[in-house]
Amino acid sequence: MTGQTRREVLALGAGSAALAIIGEVRPAAATPQEAAEVIAKFTGGKTVEKGKITIDLPEIAENGNTVPLTITVDSPMTADDHVSDILVVAEGNPRPGLATFHLTPLSGRAEAATRIRLAATQNIVVVAKTSKGQFFTEQKPVKVTIGGCGG
Amino acid sequence: MAEKPRIKLPKDAKKGEVIEIKTLIAHVMETGLRKDPAGNVIQRKIINKFTCELNGKPVFSVDIEPAVAANPYMQFTAKVEESGTFRFTWVDDDGTVTTAEQQIVVT
Repeated sequence: MTGQTRREVLALGAGSAALAIIGEVRPAAATPQEAAEVIAKFTGGKTVEKGKITIDLPEIAENGNTVPLTITVDSPMTADDHVSDILVVAEGNPRPGLATFHLTPLSGRAEAATRIRLAATQNIVVVAKTSKGQFFTEQKPVKVTIGGCGG
Repeated sequence: MAEKPRIKLPKDAKKGEVIEIKTLIAHVMETGLRKDPAGNVIQRKIINKFTCELNGKPVFSVDIEPAVAANPYMQFTAKVEESGTFRFTWVDDDGTVTTAEQQIVVT
């Protein structure tokens, strides 16, 4: 063992084993470009500001089959000023789209939670649209140990 | 769906209160990306839409992609101003629509 700890060696082994399995059956992953296209379609080319969104996602998802995701957007949620749509995009899944939440002033708070599938370690991008036509975005990386999309 | 969807929300609330709603429906959420042992693609079958209405007014809805995990769980909030009925709808790829209703008393 020169220069490598036991832990590193184990991690390497597990990683390449997982790759070997996934490599055969996993459909081509979406690229950040494809994810960007989905986002562009959602925003219609409008300016997107960073901030206002909190993404709650585990740092490391051991099982990509079901990963808890909570999104909170800072908004008064009144009839004049509320978050109307929240787009969730995964940069490294076979398809970039995850889900689109539609909210109304009756939602009370701009908050939603669900459980998602993640194929690999990647970035999750959230874009929120307000009733005033503003767009906000935030992203969060998530490490996935075992992918959850087919295979 | 043979199994009834599970819904959790308070029976009563104060006027203007924001309540939390949790729903879960049993569903395989087949992505359409997996293959059976013979190498044939297993056809996609997911819940593609979920909606929640209070007295016929939209509260929350989701367009769902195959990337939502099996037995789709949705948690969200609702601001209640009046007593009434929450109506939940799940739409399957095959056209099956599952609905559920739950009352709330607002004081």
